[in-house]
Amino acid sequence: MKSHWFHLMPYQDLPEDFKEKHPSVWVDVSSELFDPARGHQFYNEYLDELEFADSLGFDGICVNEHHANAYGLMPSPNIILAALARRTSKAALIVLGNSIALYNPPIRIAEEMAMLDCISGGRFVGGFPVGTSMDTNFAYGQTPLTLREKYREGHDLIIKAWTEPEPFAFNGKYNQLRYVNIWPRPIQKPHPPVWIPGGGSVETWDWVAAHDYMYAFLSYFGYEPATQVMKGYWEAVDRAGRDPNPYRAGYLQVIGVSETDAQAEKDYAEAVSYFYHRCLHVPDHWAAAPGYLTLKTIKSLKSPFSFEQLADLKWKDFVEQGYVIAGSPATVRDRLVEVLKEMNVGQLFTLLHFGNLSAASTRKNTELYAKEVLPFLREQLWNEWEDRWAPHPMKEEDRMPVVAL
Amino acid sequence: MQEVKVAVRNGKFTTSMQWGGNGEPLLFLHGAGGPMVGAPFLEELAQNFTVYAPAHPGFGLGTGIEHIDDVIDFALYYHDFLDELQIDSPHIVGHSLGGMLAAEIAALAPYRLNRLVLVCPAGLWLDDNPIPDFFTFNPQQMVEHVFHDPSGPMSQMFTEQLQSPEAQLEMYKCLASTGKFLWPIPDKGLKKRIHRLQLPTLLLWGESDKLIPPVYGEAFQRAIPGSRLVHFASSGHMIMLEEQESFVDAVSDFLLE
Repeated sequence: MKSHWFHLMPYQDLPEDFKEKHPSVWVDVSSELFDPARGHQFYNEYLDELEFADSLGFDGICVNEHHANAYGLMPSPNIILAALARRTSKAALIVLGNSIALYNPPIRIAEEMAMLDCISGGRFVGGFPVGTSMDTNFAYGQTPLTLREKYREGHDLIIKAWTEPEPFAFNGKYNQLRYVNIWPRPIQKPHPPVWIPGGGSVETWDWVAAHDYMYAFLSYFGYEPATQVMKGYWEAVDRAGRDPNPYRAGYLQVIGVSETDAQAEKDYAEAVSYFYHRCLHVPDHWAAAPGYLTLKTIKSLKSPFSFEQLADLKWKDFVEQGYVIAGSPATVRDRLVEVLKEMNVGQLFTLLHFGNLSAASTRKNTELYAKEVLPFLREQLWNEWEDRWAPHPMKEEDRMPVVAL
Repeated sequence: MQEVKVAVRNGKFTTSMQWGGNGEPLLFLHGAGGPMVGAPFLEELAQNFTVYAPAHPGFGLGTGIEHIDDVIDFALYYHDFLDELQIDSPHIVGHSLGGMLAAEIAALAPYRLNRLVLVCPAGLWLDDNPIPDFFTFNPQQMVEHVFHDPSGPMSQMFTEQLQSPEAQLEMYKCLASTGKFLWPIPDKGLKKRIHRLQLPTLLLWGESDKLIPPVYGEAFQRAIPGSRLVHFASSGHMIMLEEQESFVDAVSDFLLE
């Protein structure tokens, strides 16, 4: 079982009446709320936390991409990974990921990822999300109806750019390049592991299974919706004739570990509330621009997805309904083993910092998870399977040490 | 009028069309909301014209939107459509998205058309008067922007129709297809081609149109040589429904001049 430490990098100073006074955390959130001096503090604190996770033995440290978003201060996650590549040495460096359709041309992604793979000595994992409607359609102006087609063309181009040794011409519908020839090339052959973050679109499951990639369901709604999504995904895996190796599936979970269940509430309730009630203040009209979801996916949804359903939930609800797994180490271990087994998931993206959680509490949460939960899961789950989606770094002795001159 | 099936480019596109009437051919191009099946104004126009009112690819029963990448592809599709049906020298009446499309069809080959009526067309962009982002509208906001009287019977009927999941899905599909031509800014270069509209052109605008405000009517009139602009005092964006009789008269009088 793999545990990855995932950072969203939220802005922590959204006012208490944010939901009442501001239209959204995304797309049209006022930049008056952003203080660059606080930004300086957050970035450095957050980088410390990711480095700390590496030092405690997490399998991977993980960042992602958002635009015009006050809970995700990473328009360019590759910049963060570049900083981490020099200050960490063991953990996989995971970006989940780069929204391919936003880059013109997308070989920019092939280039940057190859750089990260070289700098880190082959510890890199590249994620390719379609991207949310807020990021892609609204903030970056992509046409909703053609976004997925453009994404897939970008994917094909990137893989070919990584693997084709000689310059080639690419005549796509969205990209025309006479000479594709990227320098540098990735260390990992044929290319770094590809992980696909998804929000539950039906088409994505079949596509991921066909390509033998890892599928990561990234929602903030915990294991209940994840169980539904994983059911659909495993059916797709089966349809494609692939094995049910748990490492081809991942999901994200908000987690709070403390001494006791009662103490967990004291430690984490406020930050959980900040996360769900301020960071996820997204009105329905941003959730999916017309054409962003295919008709097939819309028809498969039982009820329309809405962030507004979070409005009245409190700590107890978040825990009981599985948005958050929190409590003593034993409580967290038991719950995780149960849901990971049920979903057959081998890659866990732990959200151990959320909302406005302080640096001290984040440290505590991370440490307790690393000491009391991670080793247990590693020992208990999935040792009969090989993780074929992990990066393959250079041998320790061949890697350059980071030295001060 | 009757509903007929049409295939274009050897069946690459198929669609359903309301067709009928007597007189010179008139091609009606619907807006972003989809084909206006059974709308009385089409029957009225059919008294004086042979009306062709197809669903666009990606709207209603129209297929083939995946073969259309941009507004020029879209306009050329309609040139093929006219060829296929051997419609000679038609008038075109286009509403909103359909008005933008009508202008593009005309810009490509003004000499093959008779007269042009643009009903509050999309296609231009004024920085000082941005068209609101209707892709994000809920039904209530839509009603407030497109109807002169947001609490009138027309608005209520529209809101009620949008209660059913089927209607919502159809609206989603129409707006998704519309996005190919109007996302994220409804300006796809018509300003570079609009000078080619050297054919008799009538512009119709509802005075309370909040979707494409009347100031756009003036911009279109300035850009189209010799065009005429007529305002409708009790209409928003849906003149053909809101002031059906005056609409039909204005269109018929102009086309029969």
